[in-house]
Amino acid sequence: MQNIKSNKNHSAFTKKNLFITAGIILGFFVVMLLAEGSLLNRQYKSLIVPIGIYIILAVSLNLTTGFLGELSLGHAGFMAIGAYTGALITLNLNMPEVAEFIIALIVGGSIAAIFGVLIGVPVLRLKGDYLAIVTLAFNEIIRSIINFLGITGGAMGLSKIPRYTNYVWVYAMVVLTIIIIYNLVNSRHGRAISAIRDNYVAAESIGLKVSKYKVMAFVIAAFFAGIAGVLYGHNLSVLKPADFDYNKSIEILVIVVLGGMGSIRGSIIAAAILTFLPEVLRAADDFRMLLYAVVLIAMMLFNSSGIRTRLEESGKLPKLPKLTRNKAK
Amino acid sequence: MSLLEVKNLGISFGGLRAVDDVNLNIEKGQLYGLIGPNGAGKTTIFNLLTGVYRPTTGTIKLDGVDIVGKSPSEICQTGIARTFQNIRLFKKMTVLDNVKAALHNQVKYSLITSFFRTSSYYQLEKQMNEKAMEILKVFDLDGQASYLASNLPYGKQRKLEIARGLATNPKLLLLDEPAAGMNPNETAELMETIRLVRDKYNITILLIEHDMKLVTGICEKILVLNFGTELATGVPEEVLNNPEVITAYLGE
Repeated sequence: MQNIKSNKNHSAFTKKNLFITAGIILGFFVVMLLAEGSLLNRQYKSLIVPIGIYIILAVSLNLTTGFLGELSLGHAGFMAIGAYTGALITLNLNMPEVAEFIIALIVGGSIAAIFGVLIGVPVLRLKGDYLAIVTLAFNEIIRSIINFLGITGGAMGLSKIPRYTNYVWVYAMVVLTIIIIYNLVNSRHGRAISAIRDNYVAAESIGLKVSKYKVMAFVIAAFFAGIAGVLYGHNLSVLKPADFDYNKSIEILVIVVLGGMGSIRGSIIAAAILTFLPEVLRAADDFRMLLYAVVLIAMMLFNSSGIRTRLEESGKLPKLPKLTRNKAK
Repeated sequence: MSLLEVKNLGISFGGLRAVDDVNLNIEKGQLYGLIGPNGAGKTTIFNLLTGVYRPTTGTIKLDGVDIVGKSPSEICQTGIARTFQNIRLFKKMTVLDNVKAALHNQVKYSLITSFFRTSSYYQLEKQMNEKAMEILKVFDLDGQASYLASNLPYGKQRKLEIARGLATNPKLLLLDEPAAGMNPNETAELMETIRLVRDKYNITILLIEHDMKLVTGICEKILVLNFGTELATGVPEEVLNNPEVITAYLGE
């Protein structure tokens, strides 16, 4: 009996992983049905890509705020870097669509990650409110530089960016983001990150290199924000610096807070709800944004611990089996 | 042979000499006690030994290696682990994860392995689980492995902190008031556990404690501090009958 159990845990091809693979494939068909079928009208179909982009942004920001426990208000800055890098690549390269877009995604994410290192190393010495303000300033600096540079088209922005982004790309990137961040969080590196969040002094005392793991979490979050930016630019086909002001950063933070700090599933659900809501409220016409704000306040009041916790406690969502929990005992 | 050799250790905070000219020699395998009235500088000495503070004067050698100026995480890797007076657990992590976090430098795999869960991930995680459960069992915490650390009762939280320190595979374990807030039964049980840990893991223990029953019960040697300076050193019975020590604790 003991043997069978240990054999099972040894390989990557467990029953659980097969279920997850099946779930991912099934999920793809559901998204395809929604995007191609006649279930949704055109207005709602156009929301599928933005929802995916917001999921990537929220899940990656959750790594910084939820798991590392540092408040970052500059996520839109990294998104902007990815968006402009990706757009400049596809505008200037002459390659087949798929190759060009893959390069744009990788380079866009990587440049955002490099900025993550440049910002993270000096800034992550700060804590709490100070870090929040510095990241906010970073966001504005990036936006101003993009506004000022010639290559980015200044305040006019970039246009005629090929519309490569579709639900297939977005789905693939969402799955990649969730898998990598979920796996990271449940690994030795993720435990180090959470330990630093829970107690900085104790984390040092058990031999964890605090600054290394802080920067690591920050950079990985920046990478995925960059990828979300590339998808964003190739969806809208036009980019303006004004798209990436601090409002955007706060919008992403609102999703993370509503979904629940440190909950990947909560971020996914909240991203879908908050992208959908303004469209649903379109019927209310002039009162749309007012209603949106009221609904947001109501949701925060009733969800002070986040969507996921509520659903799990009420039994509507099965509790996620955590790999770190020892089930054999 | 001395495991820990501290010479002329001192630190000043502004004009305050918190620790002054302290010498400490701990033999391998010894159970050493550090006592003194409140504010005598006991915890400051722990902070100096673990690199939280940098000493103004003096040297600290662990197994012949000078550790002054090293960061807390480097000092942990050279072999000193500690617990804290005010419990510092990773509260939002499970009991098991608290110990697994401390195994960080013993069982290693790369970031890529984390991202994509290659088969070595499953192997090494399993190895970590087994090691962590083994340590938790010593402290009778294996039944609560999946609890959040913050949900443990107070006494068990203290034990988990010791378990976490042990998981870093230390040569020297520093315990800062391990029995604080425990009832006499729990204290007696803790004494047994501390002795067991010392013998089983073959380590040296330095502990700060106010509970004299625990100190006289398990410590082989004691250093008494008062106002940051050494007051007396020696075996417990001798030191605790020293008139100077009694004055320091009870007054004239």
